Amino acid sequence: MTADAGREQAFPIRVLIAKPGLDGRDRGAKVLARGLRDEGFEVIYTGLRQTPEMIADAAEQEDVDVVGLSILSGAHMTLLPRIVELIRSRGMDDVLIAAGGIIPDADIGPLKEAGVAEIFGPGTRIGDIARYFREHARPRT
Amino acid sequence: MADGAALLTAAVGGDRGALARLLTLIENGNSAIRELLPEIFAATRGAHLVGITGPPGAGKSTLVTALAREYRQRGRRVGIVAVDPSSPYTGGAIMGDRIRMMEHAADRDVFMRSMASRGELGGIAAATWLVTAALDAAGYDPVLVETVGAGQAELEIARLAETTVVVEVPEMGDEIQAIKAGLLEVADVVAVNKADRPGAERSARQLRAMLAGAGGRFVAPPPILLVVATSGDGVGALADAIDADRSRARSPDQARVRARNQLLRAITEGSRRRAEAHAEWDSTVTDIAEHRIDPITAAERLLEP
Repeated sequence: MTADAGREQAFPIRVLIAKPGLDGRDRGAKVLARGLRDEGFEVIYTGLRQTPEMIADAAEQEDVDVVGLSILSGAHMTLLPRIVELIRSRGMDDVLIAAGGIIPDADIGPLKEAGVAEIFGPGTRIGDIARYFREHARPRT
Repeated sequence: MADGAALLTAAVGGDRGALARLLTLIENGNSAIRELLPEIFAATRGAHLVGITGPPGAGKSTLVTALAREYRQRGRRVGIVAVDPSSPYTGGAIMGDRIRMMEHAADRDVFMRSMASRGELGGIAAATWLVTAALDAAGYDPVLVETVGAGQAELEIARLAETTVVVEVPEMGDEIQAIKAGLLEVADVVAVNKADRPGAERSARQLRAMLAGAGGRFVAPPPILLVVATSGDGVGALADAIDADRSRARSPDQARVRARNQLLRAITEGSRRRAEAHAEWDSTVTDIAEHRIDPITAAERLLEP
């Protein structure tokens, strides 16, 4: 394959991948970041142990189209709605917020009600996540 | 739909969300920005534009974080632009500079933006410069630009910065001397990071010896400072050296050098856009690919008025 520097294409979708809370494992987040890179996304990774405020501020400064929250700690019912609330309170109404990690089925309904658009559990294919982001991210300007 | 003027006004007034949106329009080359350029230019407040460059792993992000901490203690509002490479195949990118900068995430007086390089010669330098101008207009000073790791591209960006800090680390080995020489030529300040490691003093001495003998552009060799970005040791002195370089960087001669670089960059990009919009662009590409015409003659034809 030849690198094609001058190719005309739509602007890349910007995605923030964040690890909220006290959760020390980010292999999954990194694999996803790499996979989305290969799908043509611009991925900003925050690293571990972020507070909801830090994630919302990062999303605002980076003007991302999608926020992907990876959480394995079990604190999703506390942290995820709080992050959605902070992001929306900064006027980012059209930013797609999705989550992945270890989240019991029973919690999926309440999380969606709280504004998390979609939950991707273990075994989800990266191509499916990429397609979902492309279909649901706000239009690029 | 993109009201650039309203965004600029709000950004100058301190609205961070508006500033973030404005930076996206700039980065994407939105048509609203073209008309807004004179206003962005007029709104700048004279922030010190500082480039931070060096090989991958030298500690650029960590050092930028430490510098931001130092400048915050001095009461300055800090703008940060961190550039990471785009994939030439998919256009995708992973930008990881935030990992080391998250301590400033909730500080309202630090604004940090990640930028993908988006192609080798394309919009990167022009867009980066414009992004720094917008941060300047929004009241951030200094504006720190962290480049991608070593290579050609970050020399380009360093040309646009007023003060260029080259980050080195001890014991880099002989095989990369050539890269070091290329980078060191653009250094206004050299920071030897990870100076708590063995050999730091010796590396600094070697660098001093190299730079003392260098002809080229140096009137006086740049200061070479030992720093430990992770602990903050030496970062105060580095900030002092950066501040001290500001008056040199703003001499009329230096301002002309930067102006010339910016003009050349704008001409290059303007020509490229004009050529790409030419009706015969596609057929010309085919002709070159099939060896019917050489690329230089073809380029001249596309650029004929």
